[in-house]
Amino acid sequence: MAVLLLAEVTDGELALDATAKAVTAAAKLGDVTALCAGANAAAAGEAAAKIEGVSKVLVAEDASLGHRLAEPTAALIASLAGDYEHIVAPATTDAKNVLPRVAALLDVMVISDVSGVVDGNTFERPIYAGNAIQTVKSSDSKKVVSFRTSTFDAAGEDGSASVETIGAAADPALSEWVEDKVAASDRPELTSAGVVVSGGRGVGSEESFALIETLADKLGAAVGASRAAVDSGYAPNDWQVGQTGKVVAPDLYVAVGISGAIQHLAGMKDSKIIVAINKDEEAPIFQVADFGLVADLFDAVPELTEKLG
Amino acid sequence: MKVLVPVKRVIDYNVKVRVKADGSGVDLANVKMSMNPFDEIAVEQAIRLREAGKADEVVAVSIGVKQSQETLRTALAMGADRAILVIAADDVHTDIEPLAVAKILKAIVDEEQPGIVLAGKQAIDNDMNATGQMLSALLGWSQGTFASELDVDGDSATVTREVDGGLQTIKVKMPAIITVDLRLNEPRYASLPNIMKAKKKPLDEKTAADYGVDVTPRLEIVGTTEPEARAAGIKVGSVDELVEKLKEAGAV
Ligand SMILES: Cc1cc2nc3c(=O)[nH]c(=O)nc-3n(C[C@H](O)[C@H](O)[C@H](O)COP(=O)(O)OP(=O)(O)OC[C@H]3O[C@@H](n4cnc5c(N)ncnc54)[C@H](O)[C@@H]3O)c2cc1C
Ligand SMILES: Cc1cc2nc3c(=O)[nH]c(=O)nc-3n(C[C@H](O)[C@H](O)[C@H](O)COP(=O)(O)OP(=O)(O)OC[C@H]3O[C@@H](n4cnc5c(N)ncnc54)[C@H](O)[C@@H]3O)c2cc1C
Repeated sequence: MAVLLLAEVTDGELALDATAKAVTAAAKLGDVTALCAGANAAAAGEAAAKIEGVSKVLVAEDASLGHRLAEPTAALIASLAGDYEHIVAPATTDAKNVLPRVAALLDVMVISDVSGVVDGNTFERPIYAGNAIQTVKSSDSKKVVSFRTSTFDAAGEDGSASVETIGAAADPALSEWVEDKVAASDRPELTSAGVVVSGGRGVGSEESFALIETLADKLGAAVGASRAAVDSGYAPNDWQVGQTGKVVAPDLYVAVGISGAIQHLAGMKDSKIIVAINKDEEAPIFQVADFGLVADLFDAVPELTEKLG
Repeated sequence: MKVLVPVKRVIDYNVKVRVKADGSGVDLANVKMSMNPFDEIAVEQAIRLREAGKADEVVAVSIGVKQSQETLRTALAMGADRAILVIAADDVHTDIEPLAVAKILKAIVDEEQPGIVLAGKQAIDNDMNATGQMLSALLGWSQGTFASELDVDGDSATVTREVDGGLQTIKVKMPAIITVDLRLNEPRYASLPNIMKAKKKPLDEKTAADYGVDVTPRLEIVGTTEPEARAAGIKVGSVDELVEKLKEAGAV
């Protein structure tokens, strides 16, 4: 059975980690063809061809595909859909924007944020902020699925798939790109980092967030934040971890000044080791923490940063 | 311009859900239900468009069980002008899939001819994050998802979207479907007088059959289980002990 996988391509570059994790999940369904779409996508196509488990790469380059606008990307995928039983992608914001549109064009349901593949029709997915895991069986002829990348390991890079160039679909010209605001960072990416240090409302200000960042840099970690910290302007939106932010499962997650609301836990409770630093010993975050430290973060975090030397 | 706002009745976000012992789903009997938090933000934004003179009517729609009329009354109390309830299920445990919801919404859009649809980015019960995008596909309209800023200006709207890399701003042609994220605005509370007034605002009752939409699910729920619980951890007494434990565990 054939699977079309929408590779994650941003400004011509392949997001290897997210794509390779989705390939691991997709390979359980059948023969994987990866689609790299963008204004420039040839380099991304070359990179995708190396992912083990990808048997073919389609490269679609067109100005209309440049900023992953939903309408032209969905039109392209729908035009290719005839050859595939599964249309899949990593559950990034780009894919969540595009895949439901593809599904509706094909008159099938979308199955979002899948965390487990039972068989070609049956999938597991978390619901209610991860407080329940639902197994759903699709009766649709085509299955449109996004995979929660934090639950799959990345496929290796020893592949050598063939690459074919294809054209774009007619551009519905319904929307246009204006600008991206992306903060450049030397830190590892939040969703693929081995260590994540997150700060919450307890950190108290944008200035004090430097404490979190210094600890993160000491650990070679990505920086995360609770919604309250983002809402209060201490941290940018793309740092938010949780039900409505990013889902992470690093080897080590350090939660500082975060109470542990279920919406936050939804994004990090599958981390291997969880450390919580909070001055309130009753904070719910301690219920999921492997190592909890009841302390004032303004004392504990600098001390920890120093002692990890 | 008319604004259409689909609002979903979901389990209150403060309630800890419990999976039923027989694995058939989540226990929704006798738990507090509320409007999906994202939809409160959509209603608020719709009212602000009307207050700014950019819209003249706000119509709230809910699809589901009869009790969803409470959710619609909340939308009316916040300031929506009228409401449409589409009864598509009898049992509170029956949820209508986004594809079916989108088809019903399409039929309502064809009838009501709104200039914009403001939906939530996701419903906090099933977290599908799909309905707005599906409706947009069915209508052949533009879509601006995960909006944290919205500026409607004549025949286009500028939307700032919260995406993995940060923020993306796009310009969409009207009519458009916008799905709203949490940072778009802070929804108002309904005042007591407005709650009283809302009881008199028009609320039309329809059924899925009125719109000729088949709501038979495409996804069968095979089972629902509790996620694996984490093993209990320990409290450490000092930073030194924390560092020691992390070293022992090979984490640093
Ligand atoms: C629909 C919806 C979706 C949501 N999605 C998300 C999401 O994706 N991610 C998310 O995080 N939240 C989300 N939330 C919000 C969530 O419910 C909580 O409000 C939020 O996580 C709280 O953030 P916090 O823990 O930083 O703040 P608080 O709950 O205010 O906790 C702050 C903590 O800091 C501690 N503290 C204060 N000062 C110090 C100090 N000096 N030293 C040590 N500790 C200190 C306090 O004891 C407290 O425990 C969502 C909510 C809704 C309704
Ligand atoms: C316990 C349980 C039982 C289930 N049983 C069934 C079943 O018997 N049959 C079945 O078909 N499916 C069932 N499901 C699956 C379920 O229908 C879908 O997974 C679900 O609808 C996913 O969509 P969502 O509500 O998360 O929508 P999203 O796409 O996340 O919602 C986004 C936005 O769309 C709008 N919206 C969504 N739904 C509505 C609505 N009803 N009215 C108005 N506006 C709306 C709102 O603006 C909302 O913010 C069940 C799920 C669970 C957990």
